[in-house]
Amino acid sequence: MSSPPIALINARLVDPASRQEGRGGLLVSEGVIRDVGAGVTRDSVPGDMRVVDCGGDVVSPGLIDMRVFVGEPGAEHRETIASVSRAAAAGGVTTICVTPETTPAIDDPAVVDFLMRRARDNAQVRLLPVAALTKGLHGREIAEIGLLGEAGAVAFSNGRESVRDTQVMRRALTYSCDFGALIMHVAQDADLAGAGVMNEGELASRLGLTGIPHEAEALVLDRDMRLVAMTGARYHAELVSSGMSLDIISRAKAAGLKVSCGISINHLTLNENDIGDYRTFLKIMPPLRHEDERLRLVEGLASGVIDVIVSDHCGQDVEAKRVPFAEAEAGAIGLETLLAAGLRLVHAGQVSLQVLLRAMTSRPAEILRLPQGRLAKGAPADIIRFDPEEPFVVDPASLHARCKNTPFDEARLQGRVKLTLVAGAPVHE
Amino acid sequence: MSSARTKSPFPHRHLLGIAGLIRPEIEYLLDMAEEAVGLSRQVEKKRTILRGRTQINLFFEASTRTQASFELAGKRLGADVMNMAVANSSLKKGETLIDTAVTLNAMRPDILIVRHHCSGAVDLLAQKVDCSVVNAGDGAHEHPTQALLDALTIRRRKGRIEGLTVAICGDVAHSRVARSNMILLSALGARVRVVAPSTLLPTGIDRMGVEVFRDMKAGLAGADIVMMLRLQRERMDGAYVPSLKEYSRFHGLDDEKLRLAAPDALVMHPGPINRGVEISTSVADGPQSLINEQVEMGVAVRMAVLEVLAQHLPA
Repeated sequence: MSSPPIALINARLVDPASRQEGRGGLLVSEGVIRDVGAGVTRDSVPGDMRVVDCGGDVVSPGLIDMRVFVGEPGAEHRETIASVSRAAAAGGVTTICVTPETTPAIDDPAVVDFLMRRARDNAQVRLLPVAALTKGLHGREIAEIGLLGEAGAVAFSNGRESVRDTQVMRRALTYSCDFGALIMHVAQDADLAGAGVMNEGELASRLGLTGIPHEAEALVLDRDMRLVAMTGARYHAELVSSGMSLDIISRAKAAGLKVSCGISINHLTLNENDIGDYRTFLKIMPPLRHEDERLRLVEGLASGVIDVIVSDHCGQDVEAKRVPFAEAEAGAIGLETLLAAGLRLVHAGQVSLQVLLRAMTSRPAEILRLPQGRLAKGAPADIIRFDPEEPFVVDPASLHARCKNTPFDEARLQGRVKLTLVAGAPVHE
Repeated sequence: MSSARTKSPFPHRHLLGIAGLIRPEIEYLLDMAEEAVGLSRQVEKKRTILRGRTQINLFFEASTRTQASFELAGKRLGADVMNMAVANSSLKKGETLIDTAVTLNAMRPDILIVRHHCSGAVDLLAQKVDCSVVNAGDGAHEHPTQALLDALTIRRRKGRIEGLTVAICGDVAHSRVARSNMILLSALGARVRVVAPSTLLPTGIDRMGVEVFRDMKAGLAGADIVMMLRLQRERMDGAYVPSLKEYSRFHGLDDEKLRLAAPDALVMHPGPINRGVEISTSVADGPQSLINEQVEMGVAVRMAVLEVLAQHLPA
């Protein structure tokens, strides 16, 4: 993976890990950041090195996306490692954690090995498999957490469905402690969510669609917090969607539990009204909530209750979306719009660039115990350059993802990634 | 029941558990068992201590070796031994445990050997009968004769128990063998460790006077005795541990892991063993294994227990 040395100069360096920000440059060779700071200028770099003058653009660590669906194996028509990797590189995402919802599920060390080999040969960005918490994601039997971890699984998740059986969840959490494994969980009570397809409330009633109440998420999250307190496990709530959930997470954090929390970019930037007249690209799980709720979530990001922002990238083909809303598959792509959508919050003055990038770089790195996600000497050279102001209109046809189900279809966004380095190698410019 | 009781080195009518026994009582049983080993190695193994006495083996849970061991022990001491095959008995017809006890009691046995799948069931039965009762395993509670035979095996090989480090490894949560051994070995001055994945450790184990290890390699380091427990099949696939493969990888005893124990460490297992799961064949059949010796000591210990309890039987 060794590529020619490169220097980025005249940049606005933003490093959420050290909370530092300032003018300067960065020097990369053999996949590692060799120098960073105000001292790195055109004059300080050796003459034969490639030098990129960033013209005041932001240079930050590459983004780490903890929740990406890849269709390999089993759903290559929706997404492949190659296509998802191109989309990630274009979006400035240098590390992706892939969800275990493949066919077969990532519940066997051989599947982890398969993904790592496929990624080595086909991916330009780093790919980290998240293995299944239970066999086949059925929620009944604990998966081989020890062997999967040895094979390279970075965390364990039950995909999009909560583990329904409390005893199974308790034992999985207990067992995970022996390996220091990170358990990621999407909290939603399947019974209470029932046949719901969007947020429960006035709008759902007007549209004649079945709703999912906030409590469906809160009940499972509440249960899980009690189990985490009981077992001492490391737990990451993958996707929260309401203020009620944030209250639960803050209480757990205040009690000293090893708990962190993620949110999809969609829940921070969109609300249920965006569904409009039954736009299925806006059908996601958990569902988009009311605007008041979105504002509370943005506050949660600013205050640090929310640790991580993910794209929750999930390609769905046309046939799965060009059907009545209730029958459509849930999910939205998001790798290529993750940063720009997030910058909406910065431009609106709701969070600082540091806070936004922290949730996409250093916090996920800390939670996953990765060396990247920071601008520091010796750190892996996963770096992006972007102009946070540059406007553009999202054109689905130009996106690299295999499926085009973006909720930001034709949206006006600001902030395009101009350069993406993974281990010092340019993978997008 | 008997005025001589206060003077007896073992003043109990029943043997329901190791809990409640004091060190001299345990050592007395082990000394008696030591003598029985010699007897069992003679051609003429018969004694007459229990002549005319009736021993009923009442096994509510399937058992081969324990039942055979008690049967042999009783017969070598001259008792009339009867095995109740409970699977075919009135219990299947809906009789309660207490009714069974009362019925059996009317047949005037002298000693009842009882195994039951419920913890506490043997105690309950003992309260309802006039004879002596020996617990041959109740649920996940106690299996006193197993702990005694383990102690005897260790003592004969190592010359002592005091100061030894004993690692009890495997399904501690569901094991009556582990519970009895933890109490007995601690009482005799051993340093007891338990080694298991967290899902197979009972709640509160850290307050039960043993050192707890979740990492087998750490738990085995320097151990003088490695005592493996059996993992029931139904607990292997996902309920408590993910799979047989993962369990044997992280918690199975093989040559590599055994090398972490003391160089002269000895390996024990109450049987029946799951080859390739909790113990590899090369370890089970290897020079450090005491598994077959444990079986021999089993008969001797049960003879000693029967003999000691018989001292309290009405003449």
